[in-house]
Order: sequence, then C-alpha cells, then structure tokens
Amino acid sequence: MTLRPDLAAIAAHVAPGSRVLDIGCGDGALMAELESRSGCDARGMELDGALVERCVSRGLSVVQGDANLDLANYPDKAFDYAILSQTLQTATRPDLMLDELLRVGRRAFVSFPNFAHWRTRAALLLGGRMPVTRALPVSWYETENIHHVTVEDFRDLARMKGAKVERAWFFSNEKQIGAPAANWRAEFAVFELSR
Amino acid sequence: MNSAPPLSPVYKVPHPLPLDSGQVLEGCEIAYETYGTLAADKGNAVLVCHALTGDQYLASPHPITGKPGWWERMVGPSKPIDTNKHFVICANVIGSCMGSSGPASLAPDGQPYAMRFPVITIRDMVRGLVALLDGLGIDRLHAVVGGSMGGMQALSLAANWPERAARVLVIASTARHSAQNIAFHEVGRQAIMADPAWNEGDYYATDAKPDNGLAVARMAAHITYLSEAGLTEKFGRRLQDREAKGFNFDAEFQVESYLRYQGTGFTRRFDANSYLYITRAMDYFDIAEEHGGKLADAFAGTQARFCIVSFDTDWLYPTSESRHVVHALNAAGAKVSFVELSAPHGHDSFLLEHDQLDRVVKGFIE
Repeated sequence: MTLRPDLAAIAAHVAPGSRVLDIGCGDGALMAELESRSGCDARGMELDGALVERCVSRGLSVVQGDANLDLANYPDKAFDYAILSQTLQTATRPDLMLDELLRVGRRAFVSFPNFAHWRTRAALLLGGRMPVTRALPVSWYETENIHHVTVEDFRDLARMKGAKVERAWFFSNEKQIGAPAANWRAEFAVFELSR
Repeated sequence: MNSAPPLSPVYKVPHPLPLDSGQVLEGCEIAYETYGTLAADKGNAVLVCHALTGDQYLASPHPITGKPGWWERMVGPSKPIDTNKHFVICANVIGSCMGSSGPASLAPDGQPYAMRFPVITIRDMVRGLVALLDGLGIDRLHAVVGGSMGGMQALSLAANWPERAARVLVIASTARHSAQNIAFHEVGRQAIMADPAWNEGDYYATDAKPDNGLAVARMAAHITYLSEAGLTEKFGRRLQDREAKGFNFDAEFQVESYLRYQGTGFTRRFDANSYLYITRAMDYFDIAEEHGGKLADAFAGTQARFCIVSFDTDWLYPTSESRHVVHALNAAGAKVSFVELSAPHGHDSFLLEHDQLDRVVKGFIE
C-alpha cells in the first residue's frame, strides 16, 4: 500500500522502535506502516467511528476521540513522536493543539495544506471567491478547514511557541519539492518540531 | 430451583477462597463450559465473563430454557471468537445459581447457605475465575472478554492480576457503579425482599419462592437494558390482544405484557438470593476505590492490550463511563482502543446482531 506523500515523509523519518501517537489517524495507514516496517509502538486517535472500527479490525490501537479535548488525558512526553497530519487546520485552537503535541510528544510531525500556494492565491485574487483547488477541494461552507494556514504562518506560530523546526518537507502534485519559495510552490507541508 | 442441573464440569477450588469482606469461602465450586481445544502451550485460551443474569452456557444450549447459548452469535467455529483457533472458557460466577457456589448451595452444615452466604464483590468473582484458570493450568490468557458485568470482571482481572491476560476486551461496561446504577438495583432488591415468600432468604425448603418479587426486579432491570427508542419501535402504545382499552389493570399494553413475560420467564432459571448477592457485588464495584482513588493507578505498568466498546444508546453504562476508563488507560500508558458503536437497542446491543461489533471483536482477539 502506498502512503500519501506527507505520510510517507513522516514514516521515513520516525526512528525505528519509537512510541508514536497518530492524531487523526484515519484508516490507520501510517500506523500500520510504522508498526510493520519500523517496529514502532503506534497508538491512534480518530473522531470518525467508522474509521476507528476499521483500525481496530486490523489490529491497531486506536481511540475514538476528539483531539481538541482528549489529548489532555495523556501524560507529558508519553510518546517519542506526536503526529498531526492534515488536521491542524480543522482544530478549534491550532495554537493550543500545537502546545499539546509538544507536551505529549518529545517531537511532533505536523502536516497541513498550504493556503498560500499560488493556485489558492490566484483563485482568490483573480476569482474573488474562496479557493476550491486540487489541495483544497471542498467549498467554504462545508469544509472542515476552519483555520487556513500558510507555510510562513506556521513558521511564525512555531517560533511564537518556542518550538524548533528540525526539518521540513514540501509537496506539490504529490511530489516532494525544494524549500525555496515553498510558501508559493507547496500544496502541502510537513514540519518536524521539537521543544 | 434449589440446585442447578449437574451438566457442566465443576471445579472444586482446592483452597479457601479469600474474599474482600475478610471472610473466606470454603469448598468453593465453579461450574464452567469450554469450547474448542486448548493448545499444547496453553496459549490460546480466551475467558469470556458473563453478565448479571448470565451463565456458563455461552455457546451451548441452556439446560433449563433450552435456548441457544447467550453469545452463540459471537463464539463458535469461524465466529468472531473462533473456537477453531481459541479455547474458550466461560464459568458461572460465584454467587450465581448455575452450579457455582452461591446462596442456593449447601453450606458445610448441609443446609442451603441462603443469606449466610458471604457478601461478595466483582473482585471475589474474579478470584474464583483465577482459581479455575490455575486449575486448568492456564497462566496467561490470550484474552479476557466481557460485556456489562462481564466487562467489570475483565477490568478487575486486568487491574488485579495484570499478568494473567494479554488482551482485555470490555463491552458496554464501566469501572464503577454510578448512583443511578445502584438505585435501579436497590429497586430490584427491595422488590424481592418485599415478597413475603422471600422469608429473609430462607425459602429453599418450601414450594413458595419469591418469584413475584424476582419478576418485578427483572422487569425494572429489563427496562434499563433497552433504549427508549427501541421500546417505542417495538411496542409503541399498542394494546395487547385487544381492540380497545379495558379500563382495568390487566396487561393492557404490549409493553406490559412483554415485561411480565420477561419477569416470569426469568424466575424459572434464576435464584432470587443470587440476584441480591450479584447486584450487591456490582454496586460495590469501583476499581479506582480499590487502588487508592485513582483509576489510572489500577492499570499502572500493564502490558495488556485493551479494547473498550460502548453503544451510543446505552444509558445504563453510557459512553462517558467507557471514556473514563479509556482516559485512565491512556494516562497509564496502556495500549488501548476505544470505539463507540451506533446501535438502536441500548445496553442489550452487545448481545444482538451487530456487524461492526463482530469486526472489532474479531480484529482485536486475533
């Protein structure tokens, strides 16, 4: 099974044998990869009960829960890595969630769609309407993305929170691209943070 | 019924069983059923714990009612708990009345214990189960599984004998009995004790049993096992076998007739004193209290994997109680899964057809 590019980047950089919490783990694709390929102890959290059932049915340890509320129950530094893939922009308070990630995990991986990608900018600038693009395919009235964020916004937030960017990866059209002008060119970004 | 039919094998615990009350149970007997074959390394054993009025007839016909085993849809060859792979054990809990030591059993003086039977707890029931596992030579279960009171036993085993089970599956259950839970049980107990035939529990030698009180207890409890929507769907306000209201106190409504049927049917297979003892054990249940007041401490250092399942319409042991357990397990660093399943039938959903539950159980147990 091929992983989504942001998940593949994360999977490739999680140290083998780590304890990992995958927040918003979906159908558990990343967790399964981390357990089978890297010998990790992976735990997941997912809001959607149908997805949780699929995870549990395939033998993964996933808790149905709301990351906005339920991260509070985990002890400090319970995990080597806390992973939040394409969920930050749906959080009630992304800044507080980032705090929680860096509290429960020694390191955090965060991936998100970059709202400053040129297609998004063009759609808003030229079309005058909230962008519906390849990376953001859902209309404003039904999207779960309530806190759109750009690569530079995220760097600012990390700095404000005293988090160190260990590494970053950028993707366009499902392929990894270089860091230069990433805020224009990247559809998705993955950051590895520590504090 | 004074004594259960001697159909199940009975394990005689070879030592006095210490109880939470400080008393001991001498000559304790545990009736049990098994399904499948125990592997040579004894590593494929799954213990299924039964609910309040359940018994060891998990996947084989009940000797009194003749009905299929209470979880036959879940346990058997190629079923989610697959007896082709696993050796499945189900034992009647102590305090009950299907062959294990309980108030209807004979005390050393040759007379039924009745109310002389020591008051027991969920942990005492599990002590009995652990003694049985010792007798069967099973050091570590592949899994312990239970719904409702069975889930309480599974949690108690995990908290008090953490090395005895590799997987712990808890369905529609709780780590503590709430005030509301205790309140409903007290209604049931008072119904039994208000029946003149109860006679302070001393009725085994007579023909008159406190069946009326026990039936009322069952009727009240049965309501808590169902959802309001489920009752409405099944019965609504429909009248029973009549076109118009009769202006009397017969079972006018279908729901009344149904509850009466459930109540009387129950008295044919259950002992009223056992109902008192087991509901009391459930009311005493609070795992956190047993471990210094903090639930997470009960599971500190556990190596077992846990799976907690709740149902959205279960108001007896609602999802919030399952979440409470999950949060404690997270805090303890335990490997835990949790899912709230959608089902229309309230607490009883765990016994009924549910494909998602089947997949979760199968995925977790394998």
